[in-house]
Amino acid sequence: MTNEEKYTKAFMQAFDIDAENVRTLEFQAIPAWDSVGHMGLVAALEEAFDIMLEPDDIVDMSSFARGKELLAKYGITF
Amino acid sequence: MWNLSTYKDHTALVDEKGEVWTYARLAQAAGELAEHVPQRCLVFSLCSNSPGSVVGYVAFLNHRIVPLMLDRHVERALLDSFTETYRPCYLWLPQEDSTGFRGEPVYSAHGYTLLKRTEERPFPLYDELALLLTTSGSTGSPKLVRQSYENIAANTRSIVEYLELDVTERAITTLPMNYTYGLSIINTHLHVGASLILCPYTVMQREFWDLFAEQHATSFGGVPYTYEMLDKLRFFQRKLPSLRTLTQAGGKLLPQMHKKFAEYARREGKRFIVMYGQSEATARMAWLPADKALEKCGSMGIAIPGGRFHLLDENGLEIQTPHTVGELLYEGKNVTLGYAQCGDDLGRGDEFGGRLLTGDMATFDEDGFYTIVGRKKRFLKIFGNRVGLDETERLLKAHFPGLECACAGKDDAMHVFITEKDACAAVKEFLAEKTRLNSTAFHVLAVEEIPKNDAGKIQYAALEQYHD
Repeated sequence: MTNEEKYTKAFMQAFDIDAENVRTLEFQAIPAWDSVGHMGLVAALEEAFDIMLEPDDIVDMSSFARGKELLAKYGITF
Repeated sequence: MWNLSTYKDHTALVDEKGEVWTYARLAQAAGELAEHVPQRCLVFSLCSNSPGSVVGYVAFLNHRIVPLMLDRHVERALLDSFTETYRPCYLWLPQEDSTGFRGEPVYSAHGYTLLKRTEERPFPLYDELALLLTTSGSTGSPKLVRQSYENIAANTRSIVEYLELDVTERAITTLPMNYTYGLSIINTHLHVGASLILCPYTVMQREFWDLFAEQHATSFGGVPYTYEMLDKLRFFQRKLPSLRTLTQAGGKLLPQMHKKFAEYARREGKRFIVMYGQSEATARMAWLPADKALEKCGSMGIAIPGGRFHLLDENGLEIQTPHTVGELLYEGKNVTLGYAQCGDDLGRGDEFGGRLLTGDMATFDEDGFYTIVGRKKRFLKIFGNRVGLDETERLLKAHFPGLECACAGKDDAMHVFITEKDACAAVKEFLAEKTRLNSTAFHVLAVEEIPKNDAGKIQYAALEQYHD
């Protein structure tokens, strides 16, 4: 699986949505992505990439696009 | 309710952009709004953590107008059923949400609009009735708690006393205003002339922490799930020099989490205060003093000033021996008037008589500190919100005709057992939508059959194997 696929899958899994709706997603844009859903997303990403996200990055991960930028710090490129 | 003029130049509110509202400004704005509601009547107030929402609350309470506090994002079908049941004369709601409602806009300010409804047959309101809150409104029940002016005043005085609140406090909001715990923070801070930082963000957003730092917040409250999130955010490493007090309520915190935060507070010279309450008791019934947070870890403490606890055994007799489980009974002036289930109930007087059988099972130790050990009633607290299990079953059966279901589980995780495998996804989606709670709280599992006894009663114990 490519990083792109892993990343997309984590979002799909966390919010129970289809791939086509994932890319433009932002925090609170759908009911599933509230603070509780955010905890699930963080767990899904940490598991998919075997990393531990820094608190600053957790609170900054405000959209699908922003999350990708943040993961660069952990050596994950797309 | 509040003597706002005493604190004229003090900061009452700070909004998300850092705009300051003095007590004088708040008083003036509340006065202007109240002028548009000529007499005592029922108003539905759709709440958010914003100045407009607080102005409405203050205007209504200070001018003997009775609000039903609802979340701004309340499900429309539920709101419509509340409207039909209780017949409000006005709605006070965010301006951007006001289209799509019948009613004439009679006043708009601070991002909120007052809609006047044509209500020809409003229900009479009991003279002492101050405000209405939902109980587990999220599952569609129209049941409300009726709080009196004296209830709110008494509970506010008690909380101010034990938390030692004064004008220097600056609480940042983390809970909705229509939620009894969130409301009690507003009540107590306005009472002492302190400041409220109205924050629309959650602890999972950078904006929350930016506002926290910029506005030098001194305290916040959280339900158990808030503390789980803070733990994940490695809160303990964060430098928050302005923070003095962390309070916790809305369900029982896991003892290990209680310990973690109590240790953090001791190390950093802050106060971590676990509390206990219900909307039926206005807000608070008990608190665990900060200096006992570690020693009495897992306990919810002692009755608040002016309140008293008793434990009752199965025969209703008072338990005198420590470490014996019984149902918790609370007595105090903050015990509310009672419930309302229909419009006529708004005219009812005091039915609880200052005594509240909490439905919680508890023990006390040799020092008189209470610990909640279970619940008599079938409900869960999900992210701090009460959700009735039987009500949820009824809701599911009504929406999915012929569905066999049983609801059980623990706080923050409801387990829903159904016999139709294909319906799992639809059930989960339906519950998330109805309750407005994150769908991850609902674990839907298909089973061969719902275990029942000969009388047809669901055997929940037989389902426990799936969720412990």
